[in-house]
Amino acid sequence: MIRVLLPAHLRTLAQIKGEVQLDVIGAVTQRSVLDALEERYPMLCGTIRDHDTQQRRPFLRFFACEEDLSHESPDAPLPEAVVTAAEPLIVLGAVAGG
Amino acid sequence: MSKVRVLVGTRKGAFVLTSDAKREKWDVSGPHFAGWEIYHVKGSPVDPNRIYASQSSGWFGQVIQRSNDGGKTWEAMGNKFAYDGVPGTHQWYDGTPHPWEFKRVWHLEPSLTDPDAVYAGIEDAALFQSTDGGQNWQELSGLRGHGSGPHWQPGAGGMCLHTIILDPSDARRIYIAISSAGAFRSDDAGKTWKPINQGLRSEHIPDPTAEVGHCVHHIAMHPSKPDVLFMQKHWDVMRSDNAGDSWQEVSGNLPTDFGFAIDVHAHEPETIYVVPIKSDSEHYPLDGKLRVYRSRAGGHEWEPLTKGLPQENCYVNVLRDAMSVDSLDTCGVYFGTTGGQVYASSDAGDSWTPIVRDLPAVLSVEVQTLS
Repeated sequence: MIRVLLPAHLRTLAQIKGEVQLDVIGAVTQRSVLDALEERYPMLCGTIRDHDTQQRRPFLRFFACEEDLSHESPDAPLPEAVVTAAEPLIVLGAVAGG
Repeated sequence: MSKVRVLVGTRKGAFVLTSDAKREKWDVSGPHFAGWEIYHVKGSPVDPNRIYASQSSGWFGQVIQRSNDGGKTWEAMGNKFAYDGVPGTHQWYDGTPHPWEFKRVWHLEPSLTDPDAVYAGIEDAALFQSTDGGQNWQELSGLRGHGSGPHWQPGAGGMCLHTIILDPSDARRIYIAISSAGAFRSDDAGKTWKPINQGLRSEHIPDPTAEVGHCVHHIAMHPSKPDVLFMQKHWDVMRSDNAGDSWQEVSGNLPTDFGFAIDVHAHEPETIYVVPIKSDSEHYPLDGKLRVYRSRAGGHEWEPLTKGLPQENCYVNVLRDAMSVDSLDTCGVYFGTTGGQVYASSDAGDSWTPIVRDLPAVLSVEVQTLS
């Protein structure tokens, strides 16, 4: 089981309270976690990563274990603490705008 | 008894305002989608409780919302707007080629006959269609493929397809407008398109009478006269009596012919409304006086409507999709401002009252008359 913490706006959009808990089959990576997230909550497709390019949207970042993983390969293994659910993968919206 | 429902899109959410036919007391519901930009909210003419909303955000991109109960509850629909084929390029502000990139949905136009059919006008300019209630979207790519597409350039607000008008007398006829390419018409349900900009004159482009390149701000049509179109161009208020084949200026005695919004009285097809705005860069009412101008002659002769509107220190704007009318016996006229006010007139513009005063900046106003 993988824990994912989403920004408040996306929790509202997907009608999620608190953290999301996902079962991820195979390697636990940004891509596999987001694939599982979007499969369960299809309304999140396109809101975290671009529909076509699958690139992270510019004003979002991925954090875990107090590290910024945003520029890691989407296929790189996530930290062991995320894999064991000791820590969540955090999708964070930039503090910007008006 | 009839009711009126006003659908308001703002910079930070959507609001639904409802009243009985007297239009004196209003119930305000919202914000829906708090914190998101709501460019447009519009209901199906066939099923008024079916409402579509364009929800977008610089962080999270585009979401399409749909309500089946008049705006009480909402469901996120499909948000994938993929250009047909290889998108190619249009011109950037500096004239260099720039790839077509989806940014947001500016306008949603539900079908006149099918509540599951809806059109979307997007930035970068293209027209999309859904026939399954907003779940899936397909581009009507004949518009971008018309031939002039690579030469279109964005206006200051982006290269947006902001106006979609469906002809109630001919299901195959669609009008659209793009800033700053101009107006286009399809006579075959969106397969092929022709620019309809003859008669427009724009001094700020290299060829003032070019076939495309005009900054059309909005177009309005009365359903009983579908060949008569009224246009608020960047500068100039125009009309066409031949479905856009040619246009003539009807700015007449307007104090400035710049503006964004334009609409037609529900029962008088030659009574039209505009809100003159000072430009090129100020974008607020002349002299700080918020005045709607009404022509009862289809243009040329205009009268200011001021009763109930602020006549000093008012520096708001009224954006292109932020004016609408109801179809009660005495036509109601509504508009929203970037200052967050939504003004209503229940006497065709003679007098005005703010329904709400302190919303976020209003991007769009649509009105439903419910029986």
